[in-house]
Amino acid sequence: MLATNLTALTGADIPGVADADDLVAGLDTALAHGLGRVDDERAAALAAFAGAFAGSPLGDPLTEAVGKVVAGSVGDEHLAALAGGRAALLGAAHDALRGHLDAALGRTRQAWQPPAGASAAPGGLDNLLAGTRSWLRELVITGWRGVDHDIVSTAGQVISALLAVPAARRLAVLLDGLAAELRVASPVSTMPHVPLRRWGDLWSRATLLAHDAGWAATPDPVATVSGRLLVLGVDVHEHSTAVQAQVHGVLEVAGTEPRLVRASVGATKTDTIVGPAVWRLFGDAPVLKAALADRRVLELTDVPLLASGDLLWRDGQARAGEPADPFATARVLLAGAVAPAVPPLDRHPVALAEPVLLEGYRAEATEAGGLAFDLGGARVAVAVDRLPSCGPLTADLVAASSACLGLLRWDAGAWSLQPLAVQAIVKKKPVGAHNGDWAEGVTDAKAAKAYAAAGDSFSVLRERAGRLLRT
Amino acid sequence: MDSSTEERRSTARVVSPVRPRKLAKVPFVEMAEGRLQGVVSSGSDIDRVYVSSVTVAPHGLSCSTNNNRPCGGLRDAYPCKHITALVAEADLQYGTEQVARFLRLDMTQVSMGTALTFLIKGHHQPTPAATVFSSFLHHLAYLELPQTTAPLPELHWFPATGAVR
Repeated sequence: MLATNLTALTGADIPGVADADDLVAGLDTALAHGLGRVDDERAAALAAFAGAFAGSPLGDPLTEAVGKVVAGSVGDEHLAALAGGRAALLGAAHDALRGHLDAALGRTRQAWQPPAGASAAPGGLDNLLAGTRSWLRELVITGWRGVDHDIVSTAGQVISALLAVPAARRLAVLLDGLAAELRVASPVSTMPHVPLRRWGDLWSRATLLAHDAGWAATPDPVATVSGRLLVLGVDVHEHSTAVQAQVHGVLEVAGTEPRLVRASVGATKTDTIVGPAVWRLFGDAPVLKAALADRRVLELTDVPLLASGDLLWRDGQARAGEPADPFATARVLLAGAVAPAVPPLDRHPVALAEPVLLEGYRAEATEAGGLAFDLGGARVAVAVDRLPSCGPLTADLVAASSACLGLLRWDAGAWSLQPLAVQAIVKKKPVGAHNGDWAEGVTDAKAAKAYAAAGDSFSVLRERAGRLLRT
Repeated sequence: MDSSTEERRSTARVVSPVRPRKLAKVPFVEMAEGRLQGVVSSGSDIDRVYVSSVTVAPHGLSCSTNNNRPCGGLRDAYPCKHITALVAEADLQYGTEQVARFLRLDMTQVSMGTALTFLIKGHHQPTPAATVFSSFLHHLAYLELPQTTAPLPELHWFPATGAVR
């Protein structure tokens, strides 16, 4: 992206986003105090929240829900309405932000087409979803500030049961991540600053996923594709017990325009498997890992593609081909690649992760001790706190870089750039560092030595599991 | 960063990632149910593990095999080698301060650099091994679940972080 793109992105206020943000903050304060005892101030915030939906299809359900909350008789359908209203506001903020981003970048995006028929909802989940809703209800009636070890531990059984069902993995990893945070923070009353937006987000997404088994299910593919996947970079997500590597790339299929796609592999883990060891958890994706580590193109045959631009990865239907430098891919193909539509439920500012290439910037330290890139007078913060420990990127390397492949993110009212790869001149030699470089093991001698000292956590636990789980 | 910005941050960080440590000797340690507890591999028998725990002050010490055979090394107030190893590894994984606060140790002594085990004023208080051991098995079960290839959009709330080098 050029200086003009960055100026267009960061230079303008986006109408409506701050208003939506304030309404959500009002609801979030009520969630922190608990819906079990709503005082006048919180009742007013809830009424303002519901009032924003007057005349929309959510208007009546939300007015009723807020009335029930204030009267102290809240049911699952009322909580679903609150979560739905919150998601709708943040969804609208997401749409405005993404529209602004696409305009600033000159990016073409496919329009969302509702699926022809509903995907089959996985059966047999009713009891688990009811159990989930029951815990989510208890949480929100108590309020974040009243959460303690007892209420957190009541989620244990339902989370274990959800984890055992592959079709419920989205909900399971979300609840497990939320429960782990609440456990660490318990008793929350002693916490100086409660992460209101974050826990409000996690609670409302979980409430929606638990509302309808079909909403959490993987949708039916819209196509199967054969062609070349040129990798741009890997975004890594991780909490104590789950990890996901999400590859962003450009898909070339004969006879069509190049398009932006993602391929994701996920695994559950223990909190003690951290750093480069997490790559060992993706044992089912050797081809993908090899292509990342060697920076090669992936030749795909009949791989299912979702409307969201997500490939359902089939490692056996992929082959690592010729070498392909992600920076070359970005320079040649990124500007013209068509971006995918975003499914309605995924529309939240946290989902904004738009691949971009920045060059010719000046790296500067910010007043707050962070890092920013200045490109012809326009400035964007660099999310150095999002550099994963499973790859070679460090804050120093990013600060010394001359080109950066990254994802544009939005959070807490500001854009930031999350680096996925950088090019830098180190000791007068150009070097490239990519998040996926260590997918097959640590390649940097100094780092390899440091990690070898920690031993092979993955193998040790697998050995222990193999020996003890059978008895 | 001021607190009001953090309160409106979707990716505000609550849990610090644990520090990497060697798992061979103490594959599992947790602070739960009012105890620092975990599993220590036997030095002599590959199929045997010890379940060790220290309650928050006043420190009740417990150590037995997973079949509830008491550890011969644990007598009265002195931690056995398994408990000593457990505390040392918890120190590595969670950091000294977090462990010391959890066990309610004398923070003045801790800040002077006294090893945590020397600050545990214990007494023998046998705890059933079963709950800790099942917690360990539950922990290991995460490694047995199938991998996924469908996107998990909710994990965007959990960015990987902590390039600690």
